[in-house]
Amino acid sequence: MKAPSRSLFTLLAFGYAFLYIPIIILVIYSFNESQLVTVWSGFSTKWYQALFSDDQLLTAAWVSLRIAFLTATAAVGLGTVAGLVMTRFGRFRGKTLFSALITAPLVMPEVITGLSLLLLFVAMEDLLGFPHGRGMFTIWVAHVTFTTAYVTIIIVSRLRELDNTIEDAAMDLGATPVKVFFVITLPIIAPALISGWLLAFTLSIDDLVIASFVAGPGSTTLPMVIYSSVRLGVSPKINALATLIIGIITLIAIMTTWFMLRVEKQRKKEMEQALIAAKSQ
Amino acid sequence: MKHALQLALPSGRFFITSIPFLWFIVFLLIPFAIVFKISFSETAIAVPPYTSLVSTINDTIQLTLNLGNYLYLLTDSLYAAAYLNSIKIAFFSTLLCLLIGYPMAYAIARTQSPLRNLLLMLVVLPSWTSFLIRVYAWIGILKNNGLLNNFLISLGIIDTPLPLLHTNFAVYLGIVYAYLPFMILPLYANLVKMDWNLLDAASDLGARPWKSFLTITLPLSAAGIISGSMLVFIPVVGEFVIPDLLGGPDTLMIGKILWQEFFNNRDWPVASSVAVVMLLLLMGPILLFNRHQNKQIQN
Repeated sequence: MKAPSRSLFTLLAFGYAFLYIPIIILVIYSFNESQLVTVWSGFSTKWYQALFSDDQLLTAAWVSLRIAFLTATAAVGLGTVAGLVMTRFGRFRGKTLFSALITAPLVMPEVITGLSLLLLFVAMEDLLGFPHGRGMFTIWVAHVTFTTAYVTIIIVSRLRELDNTIEDAAMDLGATPVKVFFVITLPIIAPALISGWLLAFTLSIDDLVIASFVAGPGSTTLPMVIYSSVRLGVSPKINALATLIIGIITLIAIMTTWFMLRVEKQRKKEMEQALIAAKSQ
Repeated sequence: MKHALQLALPSGRFFITSIPFLWFIVFLLIPFAIVFKISFSETAIAVPPYTSLVSTINDTIQLTLNLGNYLYLLTDSLYAAAYLNSIKIAFFSTLLCLLIGYPMAYAIARTQSPLRNLLLMLVVLPSWTSFLIRVYAWIGILKNNGLLNNFLISLGIIDTPLPLLHTNFAVYLGIVYAYLPFMILPLYANLVKMDWNLLDAASDLGARPWKSFLTITLPLSAAGIISGSMLVFIPVVGEFVIPDLLGGPDTLMIGKILWQEFFNNRDWPVASSVAVVMLLLLMGPILLFNRHQNKQIQN
């Protein structure tokens, strides 16, 4: 295999510069003393202090965190079931519709998803009296719906990678499907469940458009607060908040990758040992 | 015992399948039907702010389908212009993402494992950080007294700040910036499976690098190009945040119009008909994406 040319790497370097320079500038200016975001006047952490005394912001962050946690948990549950249906259940009536419904939210413009779900909630309240008004519950339902699509794709590709001979063998030895799922399938797809959970969490905590449609009084999320502040112009406080968010997410991403690589290594080692043991018998 | 289990199995499967199936029917399919329904009603000062399609007059049930909203979309040239402009912007930004993303995905796919994982993570990482924040980052760079203008003035290239923010240029920049990872990832996933020996064989047989790229690499990566392009094009047509924060008053995009109809004018029926027309326009690309995605899953 020939190594890729130097010009290709120059291009790659430019690409990464494009992706990272705006973020780096944002982080640097969060430590700027001046109220003017684009004029450097000295190092200061006062915007971070201002951040932690902003009650509206903290309340919204707490709302967003709770919704994201509950969304990610439900999406992993629903996505696991959907992934099993897609990969292990063979053909069934309505499978085309099923898979179309699963992949549609990946590309659906957010304004359409948001509007349609709001109209559903309004119609449901009219007809059934439930959900009463809109708030964290309706945001949660909307977020579970669109994040499950992403989680399902991750789990499906993981289930595809595995050959199901181990599952078949366990089934032949008399294990019930439920037991096979909990004892064999679940541990093997665990890394996919973790990355699916994290992706759903970040997608939920990041969503502005869909939440704006289905939110009610008292359920203002963090992106909604950021958005209304950003509309008024650039402020160093938002830079500080952005820096915190970027920092936390980078940390989580690095930890997950490290964890995933370790799990993968461990699994490979175990497989090799099992093979050696099998051969020596 | 086993016999009883086998009898129970199909219904168990049916039950398990029905959980996600019902969820998506109730929260995805039915909502679209409701949008379709409300697009035929009229605005009313009521809660909810639209008229009912079905009414009883003199004990007979009447169904009134009001096509007024669609006529309104047709007659007011603003909407047609917004649809066309959204598709134009989405098309060219998809093309730009492809032109920038393809070489990047290609280069990543050709590096060796430890470096490759790092490079891949560096592409994914920005897409995990907040979308809103990444769009916001450009405001500070592009505005009149922003970093780019200050920088160009200090170099003496320009005397007065260039109007960069609130232009179509800023919208393109923001879209390409925000959606580039969605182009690179499927392209990478496709290119990494490529058998590079084919390229070596072609060059041994005397093919120039460009020729082997056009006749081997490009056709073999068609699946990745389609996935990536659809992942960029379809959401960008309905994009709201980027035209709202980076675009100017003349940046007409249909996602922003829908938002304004809903939140500013509180006209739910017109917002619904805007959504229905957008869905119809996007039906082709969405079906293409679906079919493609399912083929990927099947294999």
